[in-house]
Amino acid sequence: MVKGRQGERVRSKSNQYPNTSLVQIEGVNTKEEVSWYQGKRVAYIYKAKVKVSGSHYRCIWGKVIRPHGNTGIVRAKFTSNLPPKSMGSRVRVMMFPSNI
Amino acid sequence: MAPSTKTKVSRNPDLIRGVGKYSRSQMYHKRGLWAIKAKNGGVFPRHDAKPAAAEPVVKPPKYYPADDVKKPLANKRKARPTKLRASITPGTVLIILSGRFKGKRVVFLKQLASGLLLVTGPFKINGVPLRRVNQAYVIATSTKVDIAGVNVEKFDDKYFAKEVAKKNKKGEGEFFEAEKDEKKTLPAAKKEDQQGVDAVLLKSIECVPDLKTYLSARFSLMSGMKPHELVF
Repeated sequence: MVKGRQGERVRSKSNQYPNTSLVQIEGVNTKEEVSWYQGKRVAYIYKAKVKVSGSHYRCIWGKVIRPHGNTGIVRAKFTSNLPPKSMGSRVRVMMFPSNI
Repeated sequence: MAPSTKTKVSRNPDLIRGVGKYSRSQMYHKRGLWAIKAKNGGVFPRHDAKPAAAEPVVKPPKYYPADDVKKPLANKRKARPTKLRASITPGTVLIILSGRFKGKRVVFLKQLASGLLLVTGPFKINGVPLRRVNQAYVIATSTKVDIAGVNVEKFDDKYFAKEVAKKNKKGEGEFFEAEKDEKKTLPAAKKEDQQGVDAVLLKSIECVPDLKTYLSARFSLMSGMKPHELVF
């Protein structure tokens, strides 16, 4: 998987839209490079005190939708909106579904 | 009789859409309608409707449903296997991207009727047995293995179906014993199938230098490797 950082929501000056997050994928710097990642699944993994299904780790899955701007930032939509405490945190961009 | 599957081409080419090149009387001549008439004695041949076969007498039904019963729409969909990517041909080395065997390099054998790919390690090299894998969770590399001698005919989706365990009536005393029996061992037949397929594969793999170590190594992204720039 490729490392990425996520954080900002898609927003205008005074309104934000929490259903879509922006993800910065390492090593991706232009809009053209993003096309490889389109559709790839993204996972936000976090820890919690209570064990769920035998593990302290939990995951919110999402996928890369489209590029955001010209410099390689990407928009991602998750199954549920990402919590605000996750802003600036690590996100895993998977290499599947693959088209190679 | 040869089946007439030729698409009908109009003898009247369009000058513009809706305007043909030839006039009505010219088309009459072109289509040979004069010849058809001449053959039939100056008149167009007439095909009278065949007398309808006498229909069996149907009694009006005694019972009509109170409300109109809606017929469900007919579903004419045919299930087809997913289209196989051009980069995946029998013998291609694939990289599995997720699941228990993520990162393993594996040999592709054939596509099954469900669309899943039949794949094998070979087991001795990297521990991947005969397995089904979804095309979307696989990267096809350009490395090919020669699988000329491998017989994959007998493997289909039913081979991989889970065995339905017969329900045992459990008494209180039998409860603990039943749990011990439930450890599933791989049937010997499946082990033999695996060895049969792998034996042929191993020979062709050992012919190629380094291919064995290549298949036993896992794929991973190193620091600085960008997947969108990699050529597989």
